[in-house]
Amino acid sequence: MIALKDVLTLLDGELLTAGLPLDAPCPGVFASDLMSDVLTSARPGWLLLTGLANAHVVRACAVADLAAVVFVQGKRPDNGTVDQARAGRLPLIATRMPMFEACARLARLVEDGGHGV
Amino acid sequence: MASEEAYRREFQVKGGDFANAGAAACAIKELLKEFGLSPRTVRRAAVAAYEAEMNVIMYARKARIGLAVTPREVRLVVDDRGPGIADVELAMTEGYSTATAEMRELGFGAGMGLPNIKKNSDRFEIVSEPGRGTRLDILIRTNGHVTS
Repeated sequence: MIALKDVLTLLDGELLTAGLPLDAPCPGVFASDLMSDVLTSARPGWLLLTGLANAHVVRACAVADLAAVVFVQGKRPDNGTVDQARAGRLPLIATRMPMFEACARLARLVEDGGHGV
Repeated sequence: MASEEAYRREFQVKGGDFANAGAAACAIKELLKEFGLSPRTVRRAAVAAYEAEMNVIMYARKARIGLAVTPREVRLVVDDRGPGIADVELAMTEGYSTATAEMRELGFGAGMGLPNIKKNSDRFEIVSEPGRGTRLDILIRTNGHVTS
């Protein structure tokens, strides 16, 4: 299990949905720019890392019960998408880190059982 | 839902309406949650509805999504007016897609939609008439997991 607040710290991220709690434990991470794969393979409660920043990401995650989204490589969704995520209580995090580095850091955190920060 | 009488609701979806894509599936998900169906059933129905809705938006002119819910099952019937599917068996193959580059840039069109609807349903029927449209009949059993 990893905590979203640790993800925020580890990826030097910015929480776009201010006010949403980040204390829910997260059992897994999925990285993809393909929402079809999110709908097929990501499990409920997981964190999504993606370089795609549009409203479809938020809707796909809402439908598939994902816990939160990290937008990598400096990508940021528009204000309407952020509002939609806030209404659906889906935390959004933005980081400047490239996908590979973000995944590598989170992989180490997962290997450490969530105690790597 | 005290009796076996189905709760029914209908949603309209417009082809090409990417701005509202997922609105029907999200509304269906909220309704099923309110009915107290298990999280697994709600998620399966929502994913199937979302994949079907995206197919309408990407390929068809318009569609009606009929939702019928009883304590035993969730049924979604998606009836579209559009080009239809010439080879349904081929369209059911994972990875087969006729999506445009624009659709792929939005994160869709990977050829996983119809197989994923099948995966998330207990019975799935597809009938298509090229030049007229496609009808999906999706059934998800609740296994009686209704808490209210």
